[in-house]
Amino acid sequence: MTRLQVGSGLVGVLLLLAVLAPVLATHPPHVQLDLDALRNAGPSLTHPLGTDPYSRDLLSRVLHGARVSLGIAVLAVLVAVIVGVTVGVVSGWAGGVLDAVLMRIVDAALAVPRLFTVLVPLALWEHVTVPAIIAILGGTGWFAMSRLVRAEVRAARARPWVAAARAVGVPPIRIVARHLLPNIAGPVIVVATMGIGQVVLLEAGLSYLGLGVPQPLPSWGSIIADGQPVLRAAPWVAGSAGLALVATVLAFTLVGDGLRERLDPRAS
Amino acid sequence: MTPLLEIEHLSVSFATRAGPARAVDDVALAIAPGETVTLVGESGCGKTVTALSLLRLLPASATLGPASRIRFDGRDVLALDREELRRLRGGAIGMVFQEPAASLNPVLTIGAHVVETIQAHDDVAGATARTRARELLATVGLRDPERLMARYPHELSGGMQQRAYLAMALAARPRLLIADEPTTALDVTTQAQILALLADLTGRLGMAMLLITHNLGIAAAVADRVAVMYAGRIVELAPRAALFARPAHPYTRGLLQAAPRLDGPARPTPAIPGAVPSATAWPDGCRFRPRCGHAWERCRTEPGLAEAGTDHVARCWLVTERPEGPA
Repeated sequence: MTRLQVGSGLVGVLLLLAVLAPVLATHPPHVQLDLDALRNAGPSLTHPLGTDPYSRDLLSRVLHGARVSLGIAVLAVLVAVIVGVTVGVVSGWAGGVLDAVLMRIVDAALAVPRLFTVLVPLALWEHVTVPAIIAILGGTGWFAMSRLVRAEVRAARARPWVAAARAVGVPPIRIVARHLLPNIAGPVIVVATMGIGQVVLLEAGLSYLGLGVPQPLPSWGSIIADGQPVLRAAPWVAGSAGLALVATVLAFTLVGDGLRERLDPRAS
Repeated sequence: MTPLLEIEHLSVSFATRAGPARAVDDVALAIAPGETVTLVGESGCGKTVTALSLLRLLPASATLGPASRIRFDGRDVLALDREELRRLRGGAIGMVFQEPAASLNPVLTIGAHVVETIQAHDDVAGATARTRARELLATVGLRDPERLMARYPHELSGGMQQRAYLAMALAARPRLLIADEPTTALDVTTQAQILALLADLTGRLGMAMLLITHNLGIAAAVADRVAVMYAGRIVELAPRAALFARPAHPYTRGLLQAAPRLDGPARPTPAIPGAVPSATAWPDGCRFRPRCGHAWERCRTEPGLAEAGTDHVARCWLVTERPEGPA
């Protein structure tokens, strides 16, 4: 089996679990079942992954967490792709002053660590909402993408068939849409796929710090935070979310790597 | 007759590390409706730059001289705005290039290419455009256009690719076709077919053509008039018959002698000694002087275009003068 097949299978399973979470979950994810008897309970038939320190069913929380974490990551990457591709195409196609200005802005943005640009607005915000998290993660994730797209557009623009299309009067918008975008789709898909894994990790980190997804909404990061004080007594709390996190990042990296190999004619 | 295309004082220079390269220098040329003019010259003489400047397809590093004038059908091409220029390209003026394989996008079908060009100039529905595309492919002599529409460029031979691109160039029924070395990348038999097709199309569609080539044989086959270009300048311009019968410029004579012939005894072809000078440093005086067997004192000053016959001009002192003393 190739990396692409393993990765795609894993991604498929994760997405399926996320989509079917309301069906598969045995309990509502935020209901505290029995604060006296059911705190940090170990795995059992009624609670396959046990319960957390607030006596919530862990399997249900991890499943719903997949929905939250993957949903945020996919949407944030979508935002990043839209902004990054737009800026990259404009910059690469226009060239000149506009290109120089846009790329210097991107250079400046890339010089600041992403964790910092993400943390500052979140830390200053009182009531962080999920759309805000998506906007912040997406808004800080397009810089490298725009550079990549710009380089690809400049390379594709120099192709003789682009000049030939111009010579028969094909409008610029159409040239971009039909002759350039298909040429840059490959690298964009690879980078976006790997980006999903990274954003899942980043969001988990934020939620772990309590700056991300607000409680009681389950996110893998906040589940790990819940489990941290009871790591010895109930390792399954942090462990289950941690494993889910590892599997997700691994899956998307495998797919990205596999796609890169498949789409890049230079790699045999 | 008023010319369809009129070029005057066309100068193009490129910024290079070695200083400005004056690729085209004060070129004048007029093409009448329906007329075929060939522009002949060696690599680097400025013929392609001339062609590209007509549709303003030059790269950003090129600068047009301030006196340059290009008029097409009474309109000043250099004053057109973006949208007017886009409509002119592939609209009233079609253009085909040297490498047919490179002119077509490898991920789009032939049908998609032709339909795209039709819709770039005419606001028609997909079905109408597809019908027109099939007709165009048939016009350029491609058989079974229906099946061809679904083919990708790499599935076609070079000659078929060139015909397919030609169909795109003809999509909006242009009145002038600019063909830049359209047969150079093709094998000899295909060359002849494409040339015959071009000659046939210009006749049938009443289209003028500016054919750019380094091959005098091609000029002899299709041209009404021939312009010979050397070192960024037109050095001779004459009706086809006059040019081949009475070449007035030593460079034209050299080109004619250097052309291999099939109808005589085999002989080594006499090459013109030397090479085209660099566009950053044209020779002073007559630009052909360093390679010319007739050069004399007079040639230190550059000659103008002198009348050498009816409609026949040449840029050489020998047309009007003779060297003094023993030559």
